[in-house]
Amino acid sequence: MTDHATPVVSMDAITKTFPGVKALDAVQLDLYASQVTALVGENGAGKSTTVKILTGIYFPDGGTIRIDGEPVTFANANAAADAGITAIHQETVLFDELTVAENIFIGHAPRTRWGLIDKAAMQSAAFKLLQDIGATFDPRTLLRDLGIANKHLVAVARALSVDARVVIMDEPTAALSHKEIEELYELVETLKKQGKAILFISHKFDEIFRIADRYTVFRDGGFVGAGLISEIDEDALVQLMVGRTVEHIFPERTPNVAEDVLQVVGYAHPTEFADINFTLKRGEILGFYGLVGAGRSEFMQSLFGITKPSKGVCKINGSIRVIRSPADAVANGIVYVPEDRGKQGTIIGLPIFQNISLPSLGRTSKSGFLRLAEEFKLAREYSERLDLRAASLDQDVGNLSGGNQQKVVIAKWLATQPQVIILDEPTKGIDIGSKAAVHEFMAELAEQGLSVIMVSSEIPEVIGMSDRVIVMRDGRIEAELEGDALSPETLVRHAAGISATQMEEA
Amino acid sequence: MVLRHIPIREGILGAAILVLLGLVSIRYSGFIAPANLANVFNDTAPLIILALGQMVVILTRCIDLSVAANLALTGMVVAMLNVAMPGLPIPVILAIAILLGAMMGAINGLLVWKLAIPPIVVTLGTMTVFRGIIFLISEGKWINAHEMSTAFTGFSRTAFLGLPVLSWIAIATVIVFGVMMSRTALGRSVFAVGGNPHAAVYTGIDVGKTQFLAFVLSGALAGLTGYLWVARYAVAYVDIARGFELEVVAACVIGGISIAGGIGSVGGAVLGALFLGVVKNALPVVNISPFWQLAISGSAILIAVAFNARAGRSKGRIILKSAEGSV
Repeated sequence: MTDHATPVVSMDAITKTFPGVKALDAVQLDLYASQVTALVGENGAGKSTTVKILTGIYFPDGGTIRIDGEPVTFANANAAADAGITAIHQETVLFDELTVAENIFIGHAPRTRWGLIDKAAMQSAAFKLLQDIGATFDPRTLLRDLGIANKHLVAVARALSVDARVVIMDEPTAALSHKEIEELYELVETLKKQGKAILFISHKFDEIFRIADRYTVFRDGGFVGAGLISEIDEDALVQLMVGRTVEHIFPERTPNVAEDVLQVVGYAHPTEFADINFTLKRGEILGFYGLVGAGRSEFMQSLFGITKPSKGVCKINGSIRVIRSPADAVANGIVYVPEDRGKQGTIIGLPIFQNISLPSLGRTSKSGFLRLAEEFKLAREYSERLDLRAASLDQDVGNLSGGNQQKVVIAKWLATQPQVIILDEPTKGIDIGSKAAVHEFMAELAEQGLSVIMVSSEIPEVIGMSDRVIVMRDGRIEAELEGDALSPETLVRHAAGISATQMEEA
Repeated sequence: MVLRHIPIREGILGAAILVLLGLVSIRYSGFIAPANLANVFNDTAPLIILALGQMVVILTRCIDLSVAANLALTGMVVAMLNVAMPGLPIPVILAIAILLGAMMGAINGLLVWKLAIPPIVVTLGTMTVFRGIIFLISEGKWINAHEMSTAFTGFSRTAFLGLPVLSWIAIATVIVFGVMMSRTALGRSVFAVGGNPHAAVYTGIDVGKTQFLAFVLSGALAGLTGYLWVARYAVAYVDIARGFELEVVAACVIGGISIAGGIGSVGGAVLGALFLGVVKNALPVVNISPFWQLAISGSAILIAVAFNARAGRSKGRIILKSAEGSV
């Protein structure tokens, strides 16, 4: 193929450092005209940072970006757009109450002589753009009347409206249905024919092998390999993606066989998940792995009573319990530490001790009146257990550092004396040192007889911490792995839905 | 030690009220005579009671614009009851007023909770509906002092330990709400729901139900004030207390209750109401036009909001190790 042609865009030895983290370490990425390059890597491999550097949102600390072989620097996002690089983001940023044409041209609409927006010109230009990508709807329709797939087409049209040469698609199929995905593939073909260079970020191996011409693999912010898709198979690509050089040390644990604490039978939801069956033993850490959008968090929210399952039974210590609200869940000894701790964790404005005692007010009050002394006692006990660093327990929780706020959230839950604790992405966005502390702490909780459900997208964490792992895909349990069957390769295969026959060959 | 427990915001507002009193007393020293201050307090009592209910609602990230209409409707209903059944004892009248007000609050609360309609729209709607109902039941007629029984109109004015019952009811409400907000699970939920509704859900607090209860409380207080108001002024008609809801909201805002929810205190609401009460009573005494009074109240709102916005601005993250502990 055109291997010796000059790439449209080339990132050469790009490095980007954030305080405490090297997000990208001298990575290499070339994008060629009329070709789809798949960027592959686990969470945290540096894919999003790459996109942000290419679109001018981040400024690299080192290395060179070349366009047609000429070094360039992007001072801001507009500079990248002027150079013909556009991105279609995971969550498309569009305006529901505007028409399709207005969405496409917002910010750069054609003007009349008087400086007003030239509606006719805008509509005909939008019509042409939509036709080019095979969209059949009228540019005058309101965006909110379109389905997700068509909204996506609008986002693509908007990206193309600035005369793009490079189109970045960041997990474009994550939220689409099967049929919509097919339409997207056709669109990618159309863009290829128009000579665009496409960077395609995806976790799904079937689509990578179907539409990509080249691959580039990042791991932990470093460049691992690149080449032509036709010269690699799925196994080799998985190997490149997960193969690890540095092993993070996880706490030693001796799994003890104990009685079942929680039994979930046939949990289902009309649109989010189905047929969820599993048991959880006392003192066990059960990992839930899957791609983003596999339905893990949705299921956990239902188990915690935030959303109602349409079917399914939940048994705690052998007896059937109905959980229809978070208050029911807490009363039954199930607590949930959500992923977005800033939004769902602490209550800024309340002092530390009140944050900790909030779900336990039933125990700290007497005949309807709260007893502050009891609350303080409870808060002190659990904050000492977690080694919380705070000047005093009646200071506002908002003054604490992120790590200490997280401790407050965990102390809050432990104070309810739960049997099952659900941790959703417990180490997302925290540095290596704090990660190790969280892992230690999880092991300690399990040691004390608490059952832990850990939802995680980080393969080393899932493997290092879990006694058993349930892999979810498309809202169903794809596999339950344990012991020797638990390896990075098997996890990725099950999560990405690589077929069983191929696995046997491997 | 004691000073440490008086929050800065309430301290400043309290000082502002004292300065205001001081300035007025330069022109007219009689204003700060205890008897006159007691009159000012009594005059502000309805505002204090309503501001406490409004405070709870605002803390849960809602707003109740229907309080004044609720007050007027309850006032009209109890006045008509009094005309029809002059022998009805005052405790029964009080119970009816509180229950009726709570029911109207419950309507607001249910619409916000179950239908998820924005509170400002709900209460704007019920406000108009309540006023309309007053017109329908009274046929637009006034109920005047001579039609009401003396027990009915005399209750709020009866002196007890040197203060009228109206003042005592306000004081009792302040105490009850003070205890409720600081020492009961409901009070804590109110702060949690306003401070971080998402986190409140995960804590097992029902956000909608808490907001519903806030509206019920606000409605009950509006109902109570409805009777007291009609008894005090000895007249009931469609337009009583029209526009008073904005004064109630203003008292809360001046008192440092954050319109964004989650931040505020009983002390703040009371001081906010007292500030407005002092302004209203002092200006005529020193011969300042009532139009200045509007301008001063308005400025006070803006100053209070600007001040709170500055104080509430996050100080940024402490990243530098050397800065830790210095904030």
